[in-house]
Amino acid sequence: MNGVRANALPRWLVGTLIALPGGFLLLFYAWPFATLLARGLSPDVVADVLGARQTWRVAWFTLWQALASTALTIVIGLPPAYVLARFRFAGRRLLTALLASAFVLPTVVMGAAVLALLPPSWERGVPAILLAHVVFNLAVVVRTVGAVWDHLPPDLEHAAATLGAPPWRAFREVTLPLLRPAILAAASIVFVFTFTSFGVIRVLGDAGTATLEVEVWRRATQLGDIGAAATLAVLQLLAIAAGLSWSAWQQRRHSRALALRPRARRVRPRPGRQRRLVAAVAIVTALLVAAPLVALVERSLRVRDRHSLAAWRALGKAELRPGVSSGVDPLASIGMSLRTTAAATVIAVAVGVIASLAIAAARRAGRLLDAGLMLPIATSAVTIGFGVLITFDTPPVDWRASWWLVPIGQALVAVPFVVRTVLPVLRGIDPRLHEAAATLGASPIRAWREVTWRHLRRPVVAATGLAAAISLGEFGATSFLSRSGTPTMPLAIERLLGRTGALLQAQGYALATILAVTTVVVVVVLDVTGERRQ
Amino acid sequence: MLTVRDVTAGYGGTPVLRDVSLTVDDGEIVGLLGASGSGKSTLLRVIAGLVAPMAGTVLIDGEDVTTVPTHRRGVGMVFQDEQLFPHRDVAGNVAFGLRMHGWRKPDIDRRVAEMLALVGLAGFEHREVTSLSGGEAKRVALARSLAPSPRVLLLDEPLTGLDRELHDRLVVDLARILRATGTTALLVTHDADEAAAIADRVVHLDELRGAAGGDPPLRVVELPAEATHGLRRRVLRGNDPAATVVFSGDDDPTTLHLGIEGADGELLAVSTWLVQPGPVDPAPTDRKLRGMAVADGWRGRGIGSILLEAGLRRVFAAGASAVWANARDTALGFYERHGFRVIGEGFVDDVTGLPHHPVRRTRDAPADASGYQSTRASTRSANRDGSTPSSSTTTS
Repeated sequence: MNGVRANALPRWLVGTLIALPGGFLLLFYAWPFATLLARGLSPDVVADVLGARQTWRVAWFTLWQALASTALTIVIGLPPAYVLARFRFAGRRLLTALLASAFVLPTVVMGAAVLALLPPSWERGVPAILLAHVVFNLAVVVRTVGAVWDHLPPDLEHAAATLGAPPWRAFREVTLPLLRPAILAAASIVFVFTFTSFGVIRVLGDAGTATLEVEVWRRATQLGDIGAAATLAVLQLLAIAAGLSWSAWQQRRHSRALALRPRARRVRPRPGRQRRLVAAVAIVTALLVAAPLVALVERSLRVRDRHSLAAWRALGKAELRPGVSSGVDPLASIGMSLRTTAAATVIAVAVGVIASLAIAAARRAGRLLDAGLMLPIATSAVTIGFGVLITFDTPPVDWRASWWLVPIGQALVAVPFVVRTVLPVLRGIDPRLHEAAATLGASPIRAWREVTWRHLRRPVVAATGLAAAISLGEFGATSFLSRSGTPTMPLAIERLLGRTGALLQAQGYALATILAVTTVVVVVVLDVTGERRQ
Repeated sequence: MLTVRDVTAGYGGTPVLRDVSLTVDDGEIVGLLGASGSGKSTLLRVIAGLVAPMAGTVLIDGEDVTTVPTHRRGVGMVFQDEQLFPHRDVAGNVAFGLRMHGWRKPDIDRRVAEMLALVGLAGFEHREVTSLSGGEAKRVALARSLAPSPRVLLLDEPLTGLDRELHDRLVVDLARILRATGTTALLVTHDADEAAAIADRVVHLDELRGAAGGDPPLRVVELPAEATHGLRRRVLRGNDPAATVVFSGDDDPTTLHLGIEGADGELLAVSTWLVQPGPVDPAPTDRKLRGMAVADGWRGRGIGSILLEAGLRRVFAAGASAVWANARDTALGFYERHGFRVIGEGFVDDVTGLPHHPVRRTRDAPADASGYQSTRASTRSANRDGSTPSSSTTTS
């Protein structure tokens, strides 16, 4: 062994570390993905699908609703991004927290909340979908654009003003061009989220509003047309890849070497117009985000225009009237969700942490694994679930009835986020700590245990929260993989809200309230625990 | 012409500036000195309309612009860190103000070329601003703010952060460019030499302050020798009509007579600064402080400090390397707080019959470096205790 590697972990250990998550990735991601491609790209099916008017109607709707959602989110998100980046005011942290909570909410819950807010004539269809997408993704714009706005010196706008530029012109000619890369980055994230929107559309969509994702699900599970569904899934992948490359190219083209400046000092708004503007933006944003959530709780307490706890009391009963069953047992679904989430979280954290360790320890093979583990992010949850479903449906790997297939699917969705949480911390560990440990007589493994292991606790706690929140609300992959009689909470919510009957609807809202609270609590509590253990 | 009247301004309800008044005549370049944190930049921002004053008015060419938004004030501003627009090239930056004022494309191109030639960057039109050196960026910032011919140009520490050689070259260029364009300019800096080299007139922020704590506004003024005689006689000679109050060197053109006037023009304090070799190192650039006198009613109100500091700044800015004086022993603590050191033996002054000490302060005395503010503060509290620097006289 040469001198450079003398202090590194032994090769066999690194190899094992890589093999575990690598194998997981190959078995549950690469293989299903290959199956999907093989099924989806058979020439006659492709010709059939591409020739069908329905395909293009769905594709067109998917595209324009995504573009409209993205444009709306950007336009509505810029004022709060500005206000939060530039000003100090009472309730600032509350507003940030509110936006962040909306973003971690499961898509189905967001759909349910908008459904609860809108009057019956509006509650399903395009406006409802757009509203849900905007509320959901506002945090992306505020965070991404706000992070750059934070560092944009206000004196640039002041310079424009001293040169005779009225405020709107200073914004258009100076601020906006400098924010453009951040806006593009936010837009491409929102675009991908809304292009692959599934949960929101399942809850809020009507006959004419199916995205490609919903169409894939409908063809595969409702119509049994696996080939066409696979083709549509591939079509969607290509569209997203094209969109993302365009945005990456645009971001490179417009990015300017902004001198790295410290964050501009946040100031209190000046009395008068500025204070009114800040107050108006903060209040409108807070209302926009909070109103659906408040409506959600309110609707769970209302059955047929009368406020009561009936829906909450009936949560444990699948039987509505003697002999009449809803087919959904809300209380059982909570238990199901908790079990599934626990399993998915364990798998995701184990795979993600081992992968992070391997990536940090290994060099080239590490980079490969890193890229491979990010792929599930670019693939939608529906595609993942669908791929897993059609791969493990024939002996000897007919695992469709296995309870663990659902947690595996959810873990696939969560693993990239675990890696993104843990890996930066590992990479941030000063290598000299290892060197110091070695000079003090610690073997590489011992040094690793003493140094690296100690740093892992905090990111692992945070990653656990993230993985749990993702699994709890996971809807896309679970829609395909949940085969047992008892659905998880998101599935149960979607089914309940799709039924007629005021009590069932109210039960759906109650269940959505429970899921919303649980998700936020999981994220917040584990976030706080992680901070404390610093 | 720029007029600032009784401006009070600050952030978050705490005033940094109190009752500041200042006038800059057409085509005049005024250098504004002050310690860091004393509110120089805030004053510029009030004039530019970037900070709203809590009280007071700003007039440009006689028009009250206090509530006029920045973009309609016709002020130009050179920021300390240039604030060039990184997404536009050099020409795009210089042209910005012209486009805002509705210039036509061919006129803009001509003006941009003209401005770049003026600042010595001809042909730089299509350079990225991110590729410019520090000095080039400063020049572009200057060209950009001069291009639309602002009624007043505000320069906020424009030459800070450059290496010595580049700084000195830009000082010369800046002075030349401002004069060539006949620009009315207010230059904020903490560098007295820089201010003296560029400006027609140098003022210190403290001189503009209507004395803090509710006193009426005071002004430091330059006086003819005769104007000092009355106060000298009263304070230094016990108002003896026979005593001599004309000092040797009073009429020398290099001698500086400073006074402090109250709001009504009453002379409250005087001091005289003349070129005279020092007793330690007879360097020809030493200045002697003679006959510092503060009117009875104004003793103990910090006015002696204002006068002393104003004089020190001016003579150092004019190239003096040290200042010395014969301090009455009751005023010795006052001088020491202002960075003076006792040199040699104490003695009894022949004229006054009072004990004196020779004191001397060099240009970079520690008190100067440690900050003017703290010196002032300590002096003020000492004054309240009654140890008033009433006067110091000379033997010769």
